[in-house]
Amino acid sequence: MKVKQISVFLENKSGRLAKVTRILGDNRINIRALSIADTTDYGILRLIVSEPAKALSVLKAEGFTVRETEVIAVEVPDQPGGLAGVLEEIQAKGVNIEYMYAFVGKSLENAIVIFRVEEIDQAIALLKNTQVKLLPEERVYSL
Amino acid sequence: MWSPEYESMSRQRLEDLQLKRLKATVERVYQHVPFYREKMKKQGIKPEDLQSLSDLKYFPFTTKDDLRENYPFGLFAVGMDDVVRIHASSGTTGRMTVVGYTKNDINIWSEVMARSISSAGGGPRDRIQVSYGYGLFTGGLGVHYGAELLGAMVVPVSGGNTKRQIQVMQDFGITILACTPSYALYMAETAAEMGVDLRTLPLKIGIFGAEPWTEQMRREIETKMGIKAYDIYGLSEIIGPGVAIECQEQNGLHINEDHFLTEIIDPQSGEVLPYGEKGELVFTTLTKEAFPLIRYRTRDLSLLYPEACVCGRTFARMHRILGRTDDMLIIRGVNVFPSQIESVLLENGDVSPHYQLVVDRKDNLDDLEVWVEVSEAMFASEVRKLEQLNKNIKQKIESTLGINVRVKLVEPKTIQRSEGKAKRVIDRRELYQN
Ligand SMILES: [Zn+2]
Repeated sequence: MKVKQISVFLENKSGRLAKVTRILGDNRINIRALSIADTTDYGILRLIVSEPAKALSVLKAEGFTVRETEVIAVEVPDQPGGLAGVLEEIQAKGVNIEYMYAFVGKSLENAIVIFRVEEIDQAIALLKNTQVKLLPEERVYSL
Repeated sequence: MWSPEYESMSRQRLEDLQLKRLKATVERVYQHVPFYREKMKKQGIKPEDLQSLSDLKYFPFTTKDDLRENYPFGLFAVGMDDVVRIHASSGTTGRMTVVGYTKNDINIWSEVMARSISSAGGGPRDRIQVSYGYGLFTGGLGVHYGAELLGAMVVPVSGGNTKRQIQVMQDFGITILACTPSYALYMAETAAEMGVDLRTLPLKIGIFGAEPWTEQMRREIETKMGIKAYDIYGLSEIIGPGVAIECQEQNGLHINEDHFLTEIIDPQSGEVLPYGEKGELVFTTLTKEAFPLIRYRTRDLSLLYPEACVCGRTFARMHRILGRTDDMLIIRGVNVFPSQIESVLLENGDVSPHYQLVVDRKDNLDDLEVWVEVSEAMFASEVRKLEQLNKNIKQKIESTLGINVRVKLVEPKTIQRSEGKAKRVIDRRELYQN
């Protein structure tokens, strides 16, 4: 149930994000979801892509500081209160969320949200028999 | 002149005195300091091989690394009971460079400092504000004791609290200011902000040192403060401030040669260079008891001119410092070695840290920014963790160096490399332009 996210360290200077997306494009890697966390000096780009292993190696080869980070993908009912329900359940199980972001997905019945949680294995076990629906890895890359 | 019988003695008599004192010093360290005895034995040389001043070139050098390896008191030549004072400066890595003084050493130091103040035009009627730091650093106490011996009125303000400094200067009728040149400029600026015109005060002399500065800075300080500014040189290993100072001519610093024997060497080959050639300053102490040094390599670049000076002093002069043979920086009067930053990063778990020190002077205050390339091992996808990393590095560097820094995390390959080697320092202050 663990999904591989690609995290990239980016200095806040123009053209860096374009460079990353260009490298991925040239290598025929599709971006499924992304988010950027910003500070004054730098940003952290988080990506879900079609081929995480390949993305990692091509970005490394271009000199970026890149890391694979494990996250979970949760299917969220596409209706008012859908996300609130999921978050309440996660909180009830005592799982701590580091950060989260939504999927760009198009023709989907439900929304998909990526969560980075502390103690991921424990979190997956805790959420197993709940209403929180985790997506398997392969499905996420091909969405 | 505070001690004309020495400061203006003939070169011949001076050299006789130097040789007599040098022989005694070499004999003493051979007897009392195993380090020197071993080194001389290894070189196949004995104290009695020293028959003339030029024989000194056959004796081994002493380096800052030697001082570190003998931390803390390994190079002391007297029993600890005879030591009355300890000072220390920062070393290239974790360990400080520790020096000691006997009562007589303190007297010598006071003597050379009294000469120095006198050389800058000071005397018993003067009121000296000592704004060098007091503590392990030699600046504050060194000037203090010399000024007292001179009979001047000493105001030991130490560094910091600049508004109070201006207040003291104004209210106490200060005539001489002693501090680092950059702090003098900062004071001038603060005074202007406070609406105080320093040029209208009794202040007339500045004794500035402990860091490199330029002729341009001198002119700026002199204009803004309405004073004459003199360059003083010293280092704790040799004694502290008072090794050399400019006279009224402001054209080179007279070295107190009856206490400190000076050589200029080629930093690569170690060969002694003739007068007038630029090289590394090497000092041998001639009278110090607790912490004598034989051929100590300062890593400071300068040149010597022995010509008689119109001021009447016969002591040779050294050019203001022209640079360093290593990458040591002086930031806010504190010695900083890039290797200290490297040790901090290694401790932090970075296996091959890439970093750069960017030094600038903003509003006359030194500003240090440390750039650290983010390696995969350090990187995390959470902002919280990277901010924590930044904070850890900052705190460790600050506690190692004792000065404030800003840490900036940068992408790999951001730091300039030349021939594969990273450039560790960018100093935008341009302190050595001449
Ligand atoms: Zn002179």
